[in-house]
Amino acid sequence: MITVTVNGSPVELEVAVSIRELLLAADVPPNYLAVEVNADVIPREEHDSRMVRHGDQVEVVTLVGGG
Amino acid sequence: MEIEADEAPPAEAVPVVDHPLVVGGHRLASRLIVGTGRYETMEEMRESLDRSGADCVTVAVRREKLYGPSGQNILDFLDLDRYTLLPNTAGCFNATDAIRAARLGREILRTLGNPGSDWVKLEVLGDSKTLLPDPVETLTACRELVADGFRVLCYTSDDPVIAWRLKELGAASVMPAGSPIGSGQGLLNPNNLRIILEYLKQGDPDYPVIIDAGVGTASDVSQAFELGADGVLLNTAIAHARDPVGMAEAMKHAAIAGRMAYLAGRIPKRLYGTASSPTEGVISTRPYGAAARNRR
Repeated sequence: MITVTVNGSPVELEVAVSIRELLLAADVPPNYLAVEVNADVIPREEHDSRMVRHGDQVEVVTLVGGG
Repeated sequence: MEIEADEAPPAEAVPVVDHPLVVGGHRLASRLIVGTGRYETMEEMRESLDRSGADCVTVAVRREKLYGPSGQNILDFLDLDRYTLLPNTAGCFNATDAIRAARLGREILRTLGNPGSDWVKLEVLGDSKTLLPDPVETLTACRELVADGFRVLCYTSDDPVIAWRLKELGAASVMPAGSPIGSGQGLLNPNNLRIILEYLKQGDPDYPVIIDAGVGTASDVSQAFELGADGVLLNTAIAHARDPVGMAEAMKHAAIAGRMAYLAGRIPKRLYGTASSPTEGVISTRPYGAAARNRR
């Protein structure tokens, strides 16, 4: 079991997953999202290979209305 | 027998020649940039954006719910072939967070294939009540984002010195506020805006200065353009109008009117009146009285 923080909340994962697999839980297409791990943006091309590690601080963001 | 026309033929219309606004390498057909926030519904937003005539719209970066329903996504309501998105760092209170938001926005636009992936509206706030920008953090973030290859459109106060500093740091556009964000107070200090326009365009007339924030109604937009601003960015004045779609259209016309008036050149303000009709051949006598006599 590994614990990561996603958008400020702890998430327990049974097995290590890639960023791409993590995003499968989202309600929107993956190209609506950007991911940051430990304050570094993970480019989409690396979502398959980059595994989420215990203790990672993950941010998943999208675009919203704003001015 | 020929009948002579009473009136001279109309003078040939002299078209007011304008060129498109180019900011951060992007050529914009409309000089109005509109925000996408605070609308009642996504449909109302979509219709308002359409009627505003804008081809560039700004969007914010926020956390997405990973588990559970996330509701509507704005990207399903924006035609990405029509609009260049301008990601912003709204809501950030320090340079570090603003830089992170900018990079995340860039990543989304890059994967969407939208041309807006290379620029950002930098906004670093210093106070949550007035929403005034933090000049120190703004300068720091601007410097780093420029170094990171961003074309930075930088929200700032109407302080001419900070505006000048931001241009020196390489901001693609400096965007002084007319008044606090969402306040609807219009342009509170037109003289500062005049000074900013004069300083930033000295020897560099095409440098884009965009008035960002504070617009309350259409005449504020016209006034900004009449001062010589290259663009206006607004959100709440449309989104919170009684009829947002109607106000969006009003803003479009206000921008065109103000810009054309600026290009056409206003008359100077004078203390005394100057008659529009000829003074010769008037059938009336002039009024009596000491004041009138002295001036005949």
